[in-house]
Amino acid sequence: MARDDLQTAPVNGAARSSGAVIAAEHGTRSSAIAGAEPGAGARGAAQAAAGRWLHHHVLDLDDFSRDEIEYVLETTDAMREVLARDVPRVPALRGTTVATLFYEASTRTRASFELAGKVLGADVINVSASGSSVEKGESLVDTVRTLRAIGVNILVMRHKSSGAPYLAAAHTDAAVLNGGDGWHAHPTQALLDLYTMQSRLGSLRGRRVAIVGDIAHSRVARSDIWGLSVMGAEVVLCAPPTLLPAGLGRRVQTEQEEVALPGVTIEPQIERALRGADVVMTLRLQHERMHSGLLPSLREYSRRYGITSERVALAAPHALVMHPGPMNEGVEIAPDVARSVQSVIEEQVTNGVAVRMALLYLIGRGA
Amino acid sequence: MSGRELMSADDLRRAVVRLSHEIVEEAHGAAGLVLVGLHTRGAPLAERMATLISGFESAAVPWGTLDVSLHRDDLGRRGVRPALHRSEIPVGITDKDVVLVDDVLYTGRTIRAALDALNDFGRPRRILLAVLVDRGHRELPIRADFVGKNVPTRRDEEVQVLLRETDGRDAVLLLAREGD
Repeated sequence: MARDDLQTAPVNGAARSSGAVIAAEHGTRSSAIAGAEPGAGARGAAQAAAGRWLHHHVLDLDDFSRDEIEYVLETTDAMREVLARDVPRVPALRGTTVATLFYEASTRTRASFELAGKVLGADVINVSASGSSVEKGESLVDTVRTLRAIGVNILVMRHKSSGAPYLAAAHTDAAVLNGGDGWHAHPTQALLDLYTMQSRLGSLRGRRVAIVGDIAHSRVARSDIWGLSVMGAEVVLCAPPTLLPAGLGRRVQTEQEEVALPGVTIEPQIERALRGADVVMTLRLQHERMHSGLLPSLREYSRRYGITSERVALAAPHALVMHPGPMNEGVEIAPDVARSVQSVIEEQVTNGVAVRMALLYLIGRGA
Repeated sequence: MSGRELMSADDLRRAVVRLSHEIVEEAHGAAGLVLVGLHTRGAPLAERMATLISGFESAAVPWGTLDVSLHRDDLGRRGVRPALHRSEIPVGITDKDVVLVDDVLYTGRTIRAALDALNDFGRPRRILLAVLVDRGHRELPIRADFVGKNVPTRRDEEVQVLLRETDGRDAVLLLAREGD
């Protein structure tokens, strides 16, 4: 079969070549399914899926297309169903070893990755910087190589330095999943946020999402902004000027910047930022920001940017209240708001397990 | 790829009606019966059979869908992960007569995965298997209880089931691979 035919007829033997992958990616999926269906359902589905997932690592959302994000969210939905079973355990990743390598504290990310791996039948080992050879001065690259040498297929990594997972990925054939790096990216948090919003609100296109708080130092905000922009949502950022990333507030943007971040606006006044919002997301205020002179006092921050029920009332009636955790109740969010019916903060945590299952499944054995 | 029609829309309809009758007869009625269709094309077949049996027996027959991808034994060997779907079985299956429904029975590996997957949902009284087409070439000790049509095939051929719900029309085709 000639290569040129693939766009319209990705069938049979040729469907297993990379040409069909490209064809499927460009929206001829239905014909790929119908044409390549060999009568044993899963094979056709696998071919259709081929064009929708091409990642070996998950380091950030900036290289994810809308179709890829949607594919992760669809897979997440299937994983929610698995988690709701009487026996939530499937053998999909039996024989695969997942290591969580955390150089920074974490409860939910690490625990949910561990659980996600176990539900899928993988072996999961946890390595912390404290108590490991890292304390003896072992370099990041050596630790990664050591873990690969003992048979780790998928490496989930958190590090205080932005870019550390990229360094790791450059030195191993294991798949690397970024569990948060410095101020840079937290792709699994962003995906679980997108899933939570989409499962509650339907399509994200045109939805107004207000992100309030320490945007500058937030890897969650950065990955959320990428994901939300790709999904067509309108993002409103609200923060004291000292906690906004440099460059975002510039009046004149270059053509390139507008393409990179469509639909992101800055609104320093919180009432205006929240008005009509479909989602009110607030971020953890790290106390060290105050000590470094970026904020006069926690009380002033709370008064001007804290999410209270009066402020939530300005948002749309169906608006969701979200927080990536851990929360400082009484600082960035009032306790009654955190536990209100509009709050989906706990649901975010539950969805986090399903999202991480989806990514582990899609990455597969990695190496 | 050239295709030969093994079953027309009418043949397919008659086969589904016959399978439905055979299922009720074997199960002695509709009580305690649950039909579970395998993604993708087993699901509409299960729905059609459930509707037919409900008509024969004047009793609603629950039906659900099962995605077996997470239980496949070849996940590690395939580069690409099959797209996942929710498995939705609306009732408990413990102590029920569960009929697995699929379009084509081939190696039997999908059915083995389905038997595993069903375990996550409960412990049926028994599990039966209904397929529209049995094309042979089993690699596991698995057989169907109800078969729409037995079709001798070569391994290099493909049996393609088309259904209105997924493909816009009903037919079963035998496709010969070319240049493979």
